Amino acid sequence: MTSRRALVADVAVLVFLALYAVPFLWQVLTSFKPEAELLRVPPLWPTTLTLSHYEVVFTQSAMPRALLNSLGVGVLTTALACALGVPAAFALATLRVPAAGPLMLGVVASTAFPQIATVSPLYLVMRALGLRDTWAALVLADASFALPFVIWLMTRFMREIPRELSEAAALDGAGRWRTLLSVHLPLTAPGLASVALLTFLFAWNEFLFAFTFTATEASRTVPVALALFPGVFEVPWGDIAAASILASIPPVLIVVGLQRWLVRGLLAGALTE
Amino acid sequence: MAQVVMKELNKKYDEVHAVKDVNLHIRDKEFVVLVGPSGCGKSTTLRMVAGLEEITGGEIVIGDRVVNDLPPKDRDIAMVFQNYALYPHMTVYDNMAFGLKMRKFPKTEIEKRVQDAADILGIRELLKRKPRQLSGGQRQRVAVGRAIVRHPQVFLFDEPLSNLDAKLRVQMRVELKRLHDRLETTAIYVTHDQVEAMTLGDRVVVMKDGWIQQVGEPLELYGKPANKFVAGFIGSPAMNFAEATVSEEGGSVIVTNPGMRIAVAPARAERLRAYKGQTVTLGIRPEDLHIAAGDGRTGIDAVVEVVEPLGSEILLDVKVGSHVMVARVEPTVRAKVHEKIRLNVEPDRLHFFDAKTEAAI
Repeated sequence: MTSRRALVADVAVLVFLALYAVPFLWQVLTSFKPEAELLRVPPLWPTTLTLSHYEVVFTQSAMPRALLNSLGVGVLTTALACALGVPAAFALATLRVPAAGPLMLGVVASTAFPQIATVSPLYLVMRALGLRDTWAALVLADASFALPFVIWLMTRFMREIPRELSEAAALDGAGRWRTLLSVHLPLTAPGLASVALLTFLFAWNEFLFAFTFTATEASRTVPVALALFPGVFEVPWGDIAAASILASIPPVLIVVGLQRWLVRGLLAGALTE
Repeated sequence: MAQVVMKELNKKYDEVHAVKDVNLHIRDKEFVVLVGPSGCGKSTTLRMVAGLEEITGGEIVIGDRVVNDLPPKDRDIAMVFQNYALYPHMTVYDNMAFGLKMRKFPKTEIEKRVQDAADILGIRELLKRKPRQLSGGQRQRVAVGRAIVRHPQVFLFDEPLSNLDAKLRVQMRVELKRLHDRLETTAIYVTHDQVEAMTLGDRVVVMKDGWIQQVGEPLELYGKPANKFVAGFIGSPAMNFAEATVSEEGGSVIVTNPGMRIAVAPARAERLRAYKGQTVTLGIRPEDLHIAAGDGRTGIDAVVEVVEPLGSEILLDVKVGSHVMVARVEPTVRAKVHEKIRLNVEPDRLHFFDAKTEAAI
């Protein structure tokens, strides 16, 4: 009986997953449809497949540059947020930090901050610093938003590491940095992989800062470039679809690449040996 | 090789005074065990020697150096933790080599020391494994190995056997003792298990509530406990205690209690005379109670409540007046539950404690 019930559950899950996939698959289909068939429903299946939309996106749009911008901003944001957040988490988890409780509360509370509340003052700051329309503006803004989240999660991972491991390392002659690098970082690597991925995806998808702080192709990221695709007189659905597909490829590749680590991150509790 | 000296050592947390005026001189190559119930300050004392806890007051000397302000890594000590604290992501080899790498030993020297330690501990074939692939006893060995490769001045053990099952614990206990004989390194060992303390220690330090109760060789603690706490803590089954009144009859000192009337040995009588007419705490080790023949003028009237035949001996739980006592008797004794028996005790094997201060009289 349980196997039949499990089968029903599996089928239900598959149906739901298929429903989720429909818009994406529709987008994929659209990106290969000839211009003339884009807005007509019969035929549901295109009569011919074309790469013309991709050609347009690559040769005549801002997308190649936007992909580069997004990749750069995403990687640098992730690197900055982790470089600052991991040592902070290590300190909060293992050292006697004065007022660690209120500090942690502040960190957790600031993850709930709505972006829209800070966008105007941040814009003034970026203008004053002369950072408008640069990667730096986006990296600083995105990293400052991702940082509390990184600190919060990494602190939780690091707190699971028994205190005796730090003490053993101290007796073995490791300083704090060495302990972080040789003991805590390897043991929280799966968790860090998850945190880094989520940070990257946040930066990749981030629209509000990217829209506000950028002015030209020099720093426009993928979400902004996509939003600016519609022309004045017409909406090039096919080109937008092709650009969207291109925009989803890097994150998917990264998730697939990190899959082994991400699964281990979910099993992070198995540390206390 | 080094001595360890603690002078007026104190540790205060916000609310708790965990270690109080500890004075202890641990000699070079000595194996000293700190023992006591949980919360007695033994682990805190060890951690202060290790440098893992700050010292509130007093001084710790290792070798000839005052180490109060030295970080753990500069104290030339190695520690074995209760939960082993092996690095889970490193192989056994790397676990043992880590401390040497940190100290920038040449690779060949690291290799040699790890191999030597692995040979001593019989874990050579485990060097490439990760801790999670090892049994509890094997992890224990690796933890010890990590300590001995460093050739430290002092070994610190924090309840290293308490996570092992009973059989393995006895085996590792013997191995640790053998290892200490071989390495001839000063060792401080913390445990709550008095059997471990007695079997391992050259000297044993009994602690309670942050105070040292007594320092001495195992048999000294057993035979001449300084107070009621040490008397009750050392020995299993524990010493029997009973309140008794001191009186004098025809020149000899007698202690009495309902169901009990015991003449005190002349050597002990002098000091007890001062307590004439008062109540003292009488202490009798279970093995000092014997089944008595006939009914002499002195002895203990008891009713058997439980018989525990252990094979090499029999434990009798008996009721004496309002007290319950345990007698350890020969396996040939045939005693039945509810049977009335008469017990006797060698007068010079009695212990007396002041009823108020609990100090030995």
